[in-house]
Amino acid sequence: MSTIETKPDGLIDRRTFVDHLVANRGDDLCIVAGLGSPCYDLKAAGDHPLNFYLYGAMGGAVPMAMGLAAAQPEKRVMALTGDGEVLMGLTGLAAAGAEGLENLIVVVLDNERYGETGQQTTHTARGVNLAQTAIGLGYRAVRDIKTPDEAAELHDWIKTVQGPACAVVKISAEAAGMALPPQDGVYLKHRFRERLLGVQPR
Amino acid sequence: MTDQAQADAWRDAIFDAFQDAGIAQVAYVPDAGHKRLIERTHAANGMRAMSVATEEDAVACLAGAWLGGQKGALLMQSSGVGNTINMLSLAKTCQFPLPMFITMRGEWGEFNSWQMQMGETTQAHLELSGVKCYRCETPEDVAETVRVAIDQAYNGNCQTAVLLAQKLVGTKKFSDGGLGDNKK
Repeated sequence: MSTIETKPDGLIDRRTFVDHLVANRGDDLCIVAGLGSPCYDLKAAGDHPLNFYLYGAMGGAVPMAMGLAAAQPEKRVMALTGDGEVLMGLTGLAAAGAEGLENLIVVVLDNERYGETGQQTTHTARGVNLAQTAIGLGYRAVRDIKTPDEAAELHDWIKTVQGPACAVVKISAEAAGMALPPQDGVYLKHRFRERLLGVQPR
Repeated sequence: MTDQAQADAWRDAIFDAFQDAGIAQVAYVPDAGHKRLIERTHAANGMRAMSVATEEDAVACLAGAWLGGQKGALLMQSSGVGNTINMLSLAKTCQFPLPMFITMRGEWGEFNSWQMQMGETTQAHLELSGVKCYRCETPEDVAETVRVAIDQAYNGNCQTAVLLAQKLVGTKKFSDGGLGDNKK
Protein backbone atom coordinates (compact mmCIF):
# COMPACT_ATOMS: atom_id res chain seq x y z
CA MET A 1 0.00 0.00 0.00
CA SER A 2 1.51 3.30 -1.07
CA THR A 3 1.64 6.50 0.95
CA ILE A 4 -0.77 9.17 -0.17
CA GLU A 5 1.28 12.06 -1.48
CA THR A 6 0.56 15.70 -2.04
CA LYS A 7 1.41 17.77 -5.08
CA PRO A 8 3.37 21.08 -4.99
CA ASP A 9 0.06 22.92 -4.60
CA GLY A 10 -0.42 21.10 -1.28
CA LEU A 11 -3.42 19.09 -2.49
CA ILE A 12 -3.79 15.32 -2.58
CA ASP A 13 -2.19 13.39 -5.44
CA ARG A 14 -4.99 11.45 -7.09
CA ARG A 15 -2.89 8.48 -8.20
CA THR A 16 -1.43 7.55 -4.80
CA PHE A 17 -4.82 8.20 -3.17
CA VAL A 18 -6.73 5.78 -5.42
CA ASP A 19 -3.91 3.25 -5.13
CA HIS A 20 -4.22 3.43 -1.33
CA LEU A 21 -8.03 3.35 -1.46
CA VAL A 22 -8.32 0.04 -3.34
CA ALA A 23 -5.18 -1.71 -2.07
CA ASN A 24 -5.76 -5.37 -1.13
CA ARG A 25 -9.37 -5.05 -2.22
CA GLY A 26 -10.28 -8.67 -2.93
CA ASP A 27 -13.55 -9.69 -4.59
CA ASP A 28 -15.88 -8.08 -2.08
CA LEU A 29 -15.64 -4.72 -3.82
CA CYS A 30 -17.14 -3.91 -7.23
CA ILE A 31 -16.15 -0.60 -8.83
CA VAL A 32 -17.73 1.46 -11.61
CA ALA A 33 -15.31 4.18 -12.71
CA GLY A 34 -16.48 7.31 -14.51
CA LEU A 35 -14.92 8.33 -17.78
CA GLY A 36 -11.61 10.10 -17.90
CA SER A 37 -9.14 10.31 -15.08
CA PRO A 38 -11.02 8.11 -12.56
CA CYS A 39 -10.62 5.25 -15.06
CA TYR A 40 -6.91 5.95 -15.45
CA ASP A 41 -6.41 6.15 -11.68
CA LEU A 42 -8.19 2.86 -11.15
CA LYS A 43 -6.29 1.14 -13.93
CA ALA A 44 -3.00 2.47 -12.56
CA ALA A 45 -3.90 1.01 -9.16
CA GLY A 46 -4.24 -2.40 -10.82
CA ASP A 47 -6.74 -3.80 -13.28
CA HIS A 48 -9.36 -6.16 -11.85
CA PRO A 49 -12.30 -8.09 -13.36
CA LEU A 50 -14.68 -6.35 -10.95
CA ASN A 51 -13.73 -2.94 -12.36
CA PHE A 52 -16.11 -1.55 -14.94
CA TYR A 53 -14.63 1.43 -16.78
CA LEU A 54 -16.82 3.95 -18.57
CA TYR A 55 -15.19 5.40 -21.67
CA GLY A 56 -18.29 7.51 -22.33
CA ALA A 57 -21.82 7.72 -20.94
CA MET A 58 -20.87 10.73 -18.82
CA GLY A 59 -23.07 10.89 -15.74
CA GLY A 60 -23.59 7.14 -15.73
CA ALA A 61 -21.18 5.93 -13.04
CA VAL A 62 -23.37 6.61 -10.01
CA PRO A 63 -26.71 5.35 -11.37
CA MET A 64 -24.95 2.31 -12.84
CA ALA A 65 -23.40 1.56 -9.45
CA MET A 66 -26.87 1.99 -7.94
CA GLY A 67 -28.37 -0.71 -10.15
CA LEU A 68 -25.42 -2.98 -9.42
CA ALA A 69 -25.66 -2.38 -5.67
CA ALA A 70 -29.37 -3.20 -5.71
CA ALA A 71 -28.63 -6.45 -7.57
CA GLN A 72 -25.73 -7.42 -5.27
CA PRO A 73 -26.61 -6.49 -1.68
CA GLU A 74 -23.84 -8.74 -0.29
CA LYS A 75 -21.10 -6.86 -2.15
CA ARG A 76 -19.70 -3.39 -1.57
CA VAL A 77 -20.27 -1.31 -4.70
CA MET A 78 -18.32 1.87 -5.35
CA ALA A 79 -18.76 4.55 -7.96
CA LEU A 80 -15.36 6.20 -8.49
CA THR A 81 -16.08 9.43 -10.27
CA GLY A 82 -15.07 13.06 -10.69
CA ASP A 83 -16.64 16.42 -10.00
CA GLY A 84 -17.35 16.99 -13.68
CA GLU A 85 -19.28 13.76 -14.08
CA VAL A 86 -21.20 14.20 -10.84
CA LEU A 87 -22.23 17.71 -11.85
CA MET A 88 -23.51 16.39 -15.18
CA GLY A 89 -25.37 13.59 -13.41
CA LEU A 90 -26.66 15.22 -10.23
CA THR A 91 -29.97 13.45 -10.78
CA GLY A 92 -28.16 10.12 -10.51
CA LEU A 93 -26.51 11.20 -7.27
CA ALA A 94 -29.98 12.14 -5.98
CA ALA A 95 -31.57 8.86 -7.09
CA ALA A 96 -28.87 6.84 -5.35
CA GLY A 97 -29.26 8.90 -2.18
CA ALA A 98 -33.01 8.38 -2.23
CA GLU A 99 -32.73 4.67 -2.94
CA GLY A 100 -30.97 4.18 0.39
CA LEU A 101 -28.70 1.26 -0.52
CA GLU A 102 -26.47 0.36 2.42
CA ASN A 103 -23.76 -1.13 0.20
CA LEU A 104 -23.30 1.83 -2.13
CA ILE A 105 -20.33 4.19 -1.81
CA VAL A 106 -19.64 7.17 -4.06
CA VAL A 107 -16.10 8.53 -4.09
CA VAL A 108 -15.73 11.83 -5.92
CA LEU A 109 -12.26 12.91 -7.04
CA ASP A 110 -12.78 16.67 -6.98
CA ASN A 111 -10.05 18.58 -8.81
CA GLU A 112 -12.42 21.42 -9.72
CA ARG A 113 -11.58 20.81 -13.37
CA TYR A 114 -12.79 19.14 -16.54
CA GLY A 115 -9.54 17.26 -17.01
CA GLU A 116 -10.23 15.65 -20.38
CA THR A 117 -11.16 18.82 -22.20
CA GLY A 118 -8.45 21.29 -21.27
CA GLN A 119 -8.68 21.82 -17.51
CA GLN A 120 -11.60 24.22 -17.61
CA THR A 121 -12.95 24.89 -14.11
CA THR A 122 -16.14 23.20 -12.91
CA HIS A 123 -18.75 24.62 -10.56
CA THR A 124 -16.84 23.24 -7.55
CA ALA A 125 -14.18 25.89 -8.27
CA ARG A 126 -16.91 28.50 -7.95
CA GLY A 127 -18.47 27.67 -4.63
CA VAL A 128 -20.49 24.51 -5.29
CA ASN A 129 -19.82 22.05 -2.45
CA LEU A 130 -20.52 18.43 -3.37
CA ALA A 131 -20.16 17.11 0.18
CA GLN A 132 -22.88 19.49 1.36
CA THR A 133 -24.88 18.46 -1.69
CA ALA A 134 -24.60 14.78 -0.75
CA ILE A 135 -25.89 15.55 2.76
CA GLY A 136 -28.86 17.29 1.23
CA LEU A 137 -29.47 14.37 -1.12
CA GLY A 138 -29.93 11.94 1.73
CA TYR A 139 -26.53 10.21 1.95
CA ARG A 140 -26.24 8.58 5.36
CA ALA A 141 -22.49 9.03 5.64
CA VAL A 142 -20.59 11.89 4.03
CA ARG A 143 -16.88 12.70 4.24
CA ASP A 144 -15.37 15.98 3.10
CA ILE A 145 -11.70 15.09 2.60
CA LYS A 146 -8.89 17.63 2.29
CA THR A 147 -5.72 16.06 3.72
CA PRO A 148 -3.75 12.85 3.08
CA ASP A 149 -4.43 11.69 6.66
CA GLU A 150 -8.18 12.03 6.18
CA ALA A 151 -7.92 10.37 2.79
CA ALA A 152 -6.04 7.40 4.26
CA GLU A 153 -9.03 6.63 6.50
CA LEU A 154 -11.19 5.93 3.44
CA HIS A 155 -9.43 2.62 2.80
CA ASP A 156 -11.20 1.05 5.79
CA TRP A 157 -14.24 3.34 5.66
CA ILE A 158 -15.41 1.99 2.29
CA LYS A 159 -15.39 -1.53 3.72
CA THR A 160 -17.48 -0.76 6.79
CA VAL A 161 -19.55 2.36 6.29
CA GLN A 162 -23.32 2.02 6.11
CA GLY A 163 -24.43 3.59 2.85
CA PRO A 164 -25.48 5.28 0.87
CA ALA A 165 -22.14 6.93 1.52
CA CYS A 166 -20.31 9.69 -0.27
CA ALA A 167 -16.72 10.90 0.12
CA VAL A 168 -15.65 14.04 -1.71
CA VAL A 169 -11.87 14.20 -1.94
CA LYS A 170 -10.24 17.47 -2.93
CA ILE A 171 -7.33 16.52 -5.17
CA SER A 172 -4.67 18.42 -7.02
CA ALA A 173 -5.58 19.56 -10.51
CA GLU A 174 -2.18 18.44 -11.70
CA ALA A 175 -2.78 15.78 -14.34
CA ALA A 176 -1.46 12.31 -13.59
CA GLY A 177 -1.14 11.00 -17.12
CA MET A 178 -3.16 8.36 -18.86
CA ALA A 179 -3.25 4.72 -17.85
CA LEU A 180 -5.64 3.18 -20.32
CA PRO A 181 -7.85 0.26 -19.26
CA PRO A 182 -9.45 -2.06 -21.81
CA GLN A 183 -11.90 -0.12 -23.97
CA ASP A 184 -13.99 -3.04 -25.26
CA GLY A 185 -17.26 -2.70 -23.35
CA VAL A 186 -18.51 -6.19 -24.23
CA TYR A 187 -15.29 -7.69 -22.90
CA LEU A 188 -15.48 -5.63 -19.71
CA LYS A 189 -19.08 -6.74 -19.19
CA HIS A 190 -18.37 -10.42 -19.75
CA ARG A 191 -15.30 -10.60 -17.56
CA PHE A 192 -17.14 -8.76 -14.77
CA ARG A 193 -20.13 -11.12 -14.90
CA GLU A 194 -17.93 -14.16 -15.18
CA ARG A 195 -15.98 -13.18 -12.07
CA LEU A 196 -19.02 -12.04 -10.09
CA LEU A 197 -21.66 -14.52 -11.19
CA GLY A 198 -19.68 -17.38 -12.67
CA VAL A 199 -21.60 -17.12 -15.94
CA GLN A 200 -20.06 -17.52 -19.36
CA PRO A 201 -21.05 -15.34 -22.30
CA ARG A 202 -23.50 -17.03 -24.62
CA MET B 1 -65.42 -5.93 -20.40
CA THR B 2 -65.78 -2.33 -19.25
CA ASP B 3 -63.43 0.30 -20.64
CA GLN B 4 -61.67 0.51 -17.26
CA ALA B 5 -61.29 -3.24 -17.03
CA GLN B 6 -59.84 -3.31 -20.53
CA ALA B 7 -57.48 -0.45 -19.68
CA ASP B 8 -56.30 -2.31 -16.59
CA ALA B 9 -56.00 -5.63 -18.40
CA TRP B 10 -53.30 -4.66 -20.87
CA ARG B 11 -51.30 -2.94 -18.13
CA ASP B 12 -51.58 -6.06 -16.04
CA ALA B 13 -50.41 -8.05 -19.04
CA ILE B 14 -47.18 -6.04 -19.01
CA PHE B 15 -46.75 -6.76 -15.32
CA ASP B 16 -47.39 -10.47 -15.87
CA ALA B 17 -44.79 -10.53 -18.65
CA PHE B 18 -42.27 -8.88 -16.32
CA GLN B 19 -42.91 -11.51 -13.68
CA ASP B 20 -42.72 -14.39 -16.13
CA ALA B 21 -39.43 -13.08 -17.53
CA GLY B 22 -37.90 -12.68 -14.09
CA ILE B 23 -37.56 -8.90 -14.31
CA ALA B 24 -36.08 -7.84 -10.96
CA GLN B 25 -35.55 -4.10 -11.42
CA VAL B 26 -38.04 -1.73 -13.03
CA ALA B 27 -36.52 1.73 -13.45
CA TYR B 28 -38.96 4.47 -14.30
CA VAL B 29 -39.77 8.10 -14.70
CA PRO B 30 -43.49 8.38 -14.02
CA ASP B 31 -46.14 8.68 -16.67
CA ALA B 32 -49.89 8.71 -16.17
CA GLY B 33 -50.17 5.87 -18.67
CA HIS B 34 -47.87 3.70 -16.56
CA LYS B 35 -49.47 4.62 -13.21
CA ARG B 36 -51.05 1.25 -12.52
CA LEU B 37 -47.99 -0.68 -13.68
CA ILE B 38 -45.70 1.42 -11.46
CA GLU B 39 -47.95 0.83 -8.47
CA ARG B 40 -48.05 -2.91 -9.07
CA THR B 41 -44.26 -2.98 -9.44
CA HIS B 42 -43.78 -1.18 -6.13
CA ALA B 43 -46.09 -3.67 -4.43
CA ALA B 44 -44.56 -6.80 -5.96
CA ASN B 45 -42.34 -9.25 -4.17
CA GLY B 46 -39.07 -9.98 -5.93
CA MET B 47 -39.27 -6.86 -8.05
CA ARG B 48 -37.65 -3.54 -7.18
CA ALA B 49 -39.08 -0.32 -8.57
CA MET B 50 -36.23 2.14 -9.07
CA SER B 51 -37.45 5.73 -9.21
CA VAL B 52 -35.20 8.06 -11.16
CA ALA B 53 -35.68 11.71 -12.00
CA THR B 54 -34.42 11.54 -15.58
CA GLU B 55 -34.55 8.71 -18.07
CA GLU B 56 -30.82 8.45 -18.79
CA ASP B 57 -30.27 7.41 -15.17
CA ALA B 58 -32.63 4.48 -15.76
CA VAL B 59 -30.52 3.30 -18.71
CA ALA B 60 -27.37 3.36 -16.55
CA CYS B 61 -29.14 1.76 -13.59
CA LEU B 62 -30.31 -1.20 -15.65
CA ALA B 63 -26.83 -1.70 -17.11
CA GLY B 64 -25.63 -1.98 -13.53
CA ALA B 65 -28.44 -4.39 -12.71
CA TRP B 66 -27.39 -6.70 -15.54
CA LEU B 67 -23.76 -6.47 -14.51
CA GLY B 68 -25.00 -7.72 -11.14
CA GLY B 69 -27.06 -10.54 -12.64
CA GLN B 70 -30.53 -9.01 -12.58
CA LYS B 71 -32.88 -8.38 -15.46
CA GLY B 72 -34.48 -4.96 -15.76
CA ALA B 73 -37.09 -3.02 -17.69
CA LEU B 74 -37.49 0.72 -18.27
CA LEU B 75 -40.77 2.64 -18.17
CA MET B 76 -41.02 6.17 -19.53
CA GLN B 77 -42.98 8.61 -21.64
CA SER B 78 -42.00 9.48 -25.20
CA SER B 79 -40.78 12.94 -24.13
CA GLY B 80 -38.17 11.20 -21.96
CA VAL B 81 -36.57 9.41 -24.92
CA GLY B 82 -34.71 12.60 -25.78
CA ASN B 83 -33.00 12.45 -22.41
CA THR B 84 -31.62 8.96 -23.03
CA ILE B 85 -29.70 9.44 -26.28
CA ASN B 86 -26.11 9.64 -25.04
CA MET B 87 -26.65 7.09 -22.27
CA LEU B 88 -27.98 4.60 -24.84
CA SER B 89 -24.37 4.46 -26.06
CA LEU B 90 -23.60 2.55 -22.86
CA ALA B 91 -26.20 -0.09 -23.67
CA LYS B 92 -25.29 -0.24 -27.35
CA THR B 93 -21.50 -0.29 -27.00
CA CYS B 94 -21.46 -2.88 -24.22
CA GLN B 95 -24.46 -4.84 -25.57
CA PHE B 96 -26.46 -4.51 -22.39
CA PRO B 97 -29.96 -5.98 -22.79
CA LEU B 98 -32.51 -3.18 -22.38
CA PRO B 99 -36.26 -3.52 -22.94
CA MET B 100 -38.09 -0.17 -22.76
CA PHE B 101 -41.83 0.48 -22.52
CA ILE B 102 -42.78 3.90 -23.73
CA THR B 103 -46.16 5.60 -23.50
CA MET B 104 -46.62 7.92 -26.46
CA ARG B 105 -47.57 11.57 -26.36
CA GLY B 106 -47.83 14.03 -29.20
CA GLU B 107 -49.93 11.89 -31.51
CA TRP B 108 -53.57 10.70 -31.45
CA GLY B 109 -55.72 13.51 -30.06
CA GLU B 110 -52.86 15.40 -28.40
CA PHE B 111 -53.96 18.73 -26.97
CA ASN B 112 -50.55 20.01 -25.90
CA SER B 113 -48.63 21.27 -28.92
CA TRP B 114 -45.35 21.19 -26.94
CA GLN B 115 -45.54 17.39 -26.87
CA MET B 116 -45.67 17.06 -30.67
CA GLN B 117 -41.97 17.55 -31.45
CA MET B 118 -40.65 14.73 -29.25
CA GLY B 119 -43.63 12.44 -29.84
CA GLU B 120 -43.36 12.68 -33.61
CA THR B 121 -39.62 11.93 -33.58
CA THR B 122 -39.45 9.34 -30.77
CA GLN B 123 -39.24 6.24 -32.94
CA ALA B 124 -36.72 7.83 -35.33
CA HIS B 125 -34.48 8.86 -32.44
CA LEU B 126 -34.60 5.37 -30.99
CA GLU B 127 -33.90 3.69 -34.32
CA LEU B 128 -30.96 6.03 -34.97
CA SER B 129 -29.62 4.88 -31.62
CA GLY B 130 -29.90 1.25 -32.65
CA VAL B 131 -33.05 0.38 -30.71
CA LYS B 132 -35.52 -2.06 -32.27
CA CYS B 133 -39.02 -0.59 -32.01
CA TYR B 134 -42.45 -2.23 -31.90
CA ARG B 135 -45.72 -0.28 -31.75
CA CYS B 136 -48.88 -1.35 -29.97
CA GLU B 137 -52.10 0.25 -31.18
CA THR B 138 -54.68 -2.00 -29.52
CA PRO B 139 -55.04 -3.79 -26.16
CA GLU B 140 -54.81 -7.14 -27.96
CA ASP B 141 -51.30 -6.29 -29.23
CA VAL B 142 -49.76 -5.68 -25.84
CA ALA B 143 -49.08 -9.00 -24.15
CA GLU B 144 -47.31 -10.68 -27.04
CA THR B 145 -45.37 -7.57 -28.05
CA VAL B 146 -44.08 -7.05 -24.53
CA ARG B 147 -42.92 -10.66 -24.31
CA VAL B 148 -41.20 -10.42 -27.67
CA ALA B 149 -39.42 -7.22 -26.67
CA ILE B 150 -38.14 -8.70 -23.43
CA ASP B 151 -37.04 -11.97 -25.01
CA GLN B 152 -35.33 -10.26 -27.90
CA ALA B 153 -33.42 -7.91 -25.59
CA TYR B 154 -32.21 -10.70 -23.32
CA ASN B 155 -31.60 -13.34 -25.96
CA GLY B 156 -29.89 -10.92 -28.31
CA ASN B 157 -28.09 -8.62 -25.87
CA CYS B 158 -29.76 -5.68 -27.56
CA GLN B 159 -32.06 -2.76 -26.90
CA THR B 160 -35.77 -2.92 -27.68
CA ALA B 161 -38.67 -0.52 -27.24
CA VAL B 162 -42.42 -1.04 -27.18
CA LEU B 163 -44.18 2.16 -28.15
CA LEU B 164 -47.62 2.18 -26.55
CA ALA B 165 -49.67 4.39 -28.87
CA GLN B 166 -51.53 7.35 -27.47
CA LYS B 167 -54.70 5.91 -29.00
CA LEU B 168 -54.20 2.91 -26.72
CA VAL B 169 -53.03 4.75 -23.61
CA GLY B 170 -55.68 7.47 -23.73
CA THR B 171 -55.45 11.16 -24.40
CA LYS B 172 -54.68 13.51 -21.55
CA LYS B 173 -57.60 15.88 -21.06
CA PHE B 174 -57.06 19.59 -20.53
CA SER B 175 -59.62 22.21 -19.58
CA ASP B 176 -59.51 25.70 -18.15
CA GLY B 177 -60.92 24.29 -14.95
CA GLY B 178 -57.87 22.11 -14.26
CA LEU B 179 -56.45 18.77 -15.23
CA GLY B 180 -58.75 16.04 -16.44
CA ASP B 181 -59.13 12.44 -15.35
CA ASN B 182 -55.85 11.37 -16.87
CA LYS B 183 -53.72 13.86 -14.97
CA LYS B 184 -50.09 13.08 -14.32
